[in-house]
Amino acid sequence: MSGGGLIDVRGVKRSFRVKQGLFAAARHVAAIDDVSFAVAPGDVLGIVGESGCGKSTLARVILGLLPPTAGEVLVDGRRIAQMDRRERARLIQPVFQDPFSSLNPRRRVRDIVAMPLDAQGDRAGAEVARRVDAMLERVGLSAAQGQRYPAELSGGQRQRVAIARALVLEPRIVVCDEPTSALDVSVQAQILNLLAELRRDLGLTYLFISHNLAVVEHVATEVAVMYLGRIVERRETAALFGAPAHPYTKALLASVLTPEPGLGIPDTGLGDTMPDPSNVPPGCRFHPRCPVAIAACRSQAPALTRVVGGQAECHLVAS
Amino acid sequence: MTRLLEVEDLEVGFGDVSAVRGASLAIERGETHCLVGESGCGKSVTALAIMGLLARNATRRAARLSFDGQDLRGLDERGMSRLRGDRMAMIFQEPMTSLNPAYTVGSQMAEVMLRHRGGTRAAAMARAEDLLGRVRITSPGMRLGQYPHQLSGGLRQRVMIAMALMCEPELLIADEPTTALDVTVQAQILRLLLDLQRDLGLAILLITHDLGVVARVAHRVSVMYAGEVVESAPVEALFAHPTHPYTSGLLGCVPVPGKVARGAPLGSIAGVVPRLGPEFRGCGFRDRCAHAAPACAQTIARRAAGPRHDYLCRLEPGLAGDAR
Amino acid sequence: MRALRNAGLVTGALIVGAAVAIALFAPLLVPHDPFAQDLSRRLIPPFWMEGARAGHPLGTDQLGRDYLSRLIYGARISMLIGIATTIASGLIGIALGVAGGFFGGRVDDAVLFAITARLSIPLILVALAIVSVVGSSLTVVVMTLGLLLWDRFAVVARVATMQVRNLDYVAAAWAAGCSKGRIVLREILPNILSPLAVVATLEVALAILLEAALSFLGLGVPPPLPSWGLMIAEGKDYMFFSPWVIMIPGVALFIVVFGINLLGDGLRDLLRTGRVA
Repeated sequence: MSGGGLIDVRGVKRSFRVKQGLFAAARHVAAIDDVSFAVAPGDVLGIVGESGCGKSTLARVILGLLPPTAGEVLVDGRRIAQMDRRERARLIQPVFQDPFSSLNPRRRVRDIVAMPLDAQGDRAGAEVARRVDAMLERVGLSAAQGQRYPAELSGGQRQRVAIARALVLEPRIVVCDEPTSALDVSVQAQILNLLAELRRDLGLTYLFISHNLAVVEHVATEVAVMYLGRIVERRETAALFGAPAHPYTKALLASVLTPEPGLGIPDTGLGDTMPDPSNVPPGCRFHPRCPVAIAACRSQAPALTRVVGGQAECHLVAS
Repeated sequence: MTRLLEVEDLEVGFGDVSAVRGASLAIERGETHCLVGESGCGKSVTALAIMGLLARNATRRAARLSFDGQDLRGLDERGMSRLRGDRMAMIFQEPMTSLNPAYTVGSQMAEVMLRHRGGTRAAAMARAEDLLGRVRITSPGMRLGQYPHQLSGGLRQRVMIAMALMCEPELLIADEPTTALDVTVQAQILRLLLDLQRDLGLAILLITHDLGVVARVAHRVSVMYAGEVVESAPVEALFAHPTHPYTSGLLGCVPVPGKVARGAPLGSIAGVVPRLGPEFRGCGFRDRCAHAAPACAQTIARRAAGPRHDYLCRLEPGLAGDAR
Repeated sequence: MRALRNAGLVTGALIVGAAVAIALFAPLLVPHDPFAQDLSRRLIPPFWMEGARAGHPLGTDQLGRDYLSRLIYGARISMLIGIATTIASGLIGIALGVAGGFFGGRVDDAVLFAITARLSIPLILVALAIVSVVGSSLTVVVMTLGLLLWDRFAVVARVATMQVRNLDYVAAAWAAGCSKGRIVLREILPNILSPLAVVATLEVALAILLEAALSFLGLGVPPPLPSWGLMIAEGKDYMFFSPWVIMIPGVALFIVVFGINLLGDGLRDLLRTGRVA
């Protein structure tokens, strides 16, 4: 069902060993549980979900920074886990959430942006300098700012540095993990516009992880909704925001507070139970919080069902 | 409605940086007043100045700072701490700043009650249990015996709210109370705050950078920029007729599902928030403003844009708003 | 220039700076040959006591050697031992700590075991045993102390590495295709140096004190080298009638160690507040 994409995620699982207390036996907690999807070249796949749903773990598996426990990730037809680190770096690059922890505080902006080129090991100094200059200018930073340390820049400028570092090798894919969550709204808009512009000009493919659904709606061509390690709905953006199929997607969309006075605060209907990755409920993992759960949800895991513009995992959608 | 809190011409400085430069705001009983702005605009400092919780190196001056008719300027630390937690309470973005990890939820909540109101410990515990129920925490009796680290983020936020409500305050100052939470939990916590406000007649000063939250909960909004309240209006008026160029710029930055065409760029404000010294005169926004002119370097008079709607810009109403 | 406002840091830096300068320029500063004996001028008291003589401001020792000159040369030995030992122990400790923190798993288990084993060794006893078996010389003292004092470096380097390893800029370096060596050298090491600098100052002070203790017990640097510990040891037979023979090197030792500790504390305060939020 998935295949032929630039990114091809096949049945990926990733679990972590956690030990609670000195003498407790270690348990395995599944952060991602059997996730499959493909992203076509030039697309933007938005991944949304609450904290702890596994979206950042998924980003690291796709970047090749974490090996999957099971399954495989193919990028451009090859397994990312077996790829040479230099080759992988030329193909896929990250932009992280917090521009305060994603830049080495002891190195100048220029050196940070030059790092991926230096790591290739075969680039001449003059060529590296030329590429760094061009890249800094492309993301809207001056040569003088290139001489500064990250601490001397504002949050928005730091995120521009992070973007320059990600793009200096001209990768085909950029994994953006909450790239604007730590920024003010006016700066968020600047960064989102820059990312959109770069994608158009350089033909990039984005994996765009965010908890901000309004932002995802603005940038993504397709959206995957994650809940407790699984993708419960994945559809084209317009279809998902126009007519969400899964009750969890509906609740997420209802929780978005658009700047429209008079609408009040919506009731999500989710109740107080919080999802716990170390204690996944049987049947449909969303059923304890689901306002419309039926008997089957408590015992049977729902199957993937086709809906307009994508698919969803829910008994009610199936019937 | 009577004015519960009145702040006029508040100035807060830290050495050679002016964090708040003549901010004024008034909150009425039962009203939600949102103080909105980006990081570094002085909104949190304003709140701390009202609560008398500024760091020791800060200087505070105000033409007026009164709570229920009582002048807070002359009040010493003992007088302030008698008010704090009793008639005025504050909650924060990070609940662990107000919860002590070494004590159970119940004993911290009871302590607030015993300190301000006295009475027996059993009565205080009973009230704590009642309030945990009010903030819709399931099995509140069990939660009383738990420590803060045993609770999830959303639950801690509720506990902090319940603790702030122990003495039935008249004013609740909430500094980014839902910023660290998931959208679903944020909606639940905000609903809860609004329900409590309706039931208890609370006045809430809500500090946030999220215009979505502002639109949905505020009665009145004050937009802060570089230490000044650049625009203050009833919520409908502010969103329908933003008058200060910063307000309209800020509204243009927010992606609204179904409103901004996908692929089209979002509005944005170039540049960064400046750090201003005490000698600065004129409009703090002029370096980022599309309408800036030499006249902006002079002291700007506050103008009215409509009923209870004022702003701080040399432009006529309607001229600045076209930036959108 | 926040550093200048920290009184402790400035005082410490001045003391340590003076001690290092004295050690470096010792041959230029001494009024007499520190090894020249003159039995006709034994145990002359220092200038503030009765019987002092011009030309020997701090008096002479039991062999008639000029005490000021010996004190100045003693600074040389103390600083040399303090710094050389710290470099040796720092290299061992940082290498072990970074390896454990960076690789984790089995490597970290081994490093933890080494640290625990080292901590269960009684320091003075083992140092004494080694020196008495191998014989005492400057090199042996430095090597022995260097092999024994790396534990604090290892503990601090390990924890700091673990913290830095999980930061996003290290993840970005992995994603950029950097090799492990490059990540350790360029991304991790520069960012754990601040806490290690504080450890280093403490270790210098500790090494100086340990050398003094070994010398006092007769197992440090061999006579006639003028180490402060040795000066105290040699003076102990005369302390009742000529108390200044142990007082003067004792005070020098105290001032230098105190200065180093002030510097370390000041450095720690500076680095803690130095983080830009």
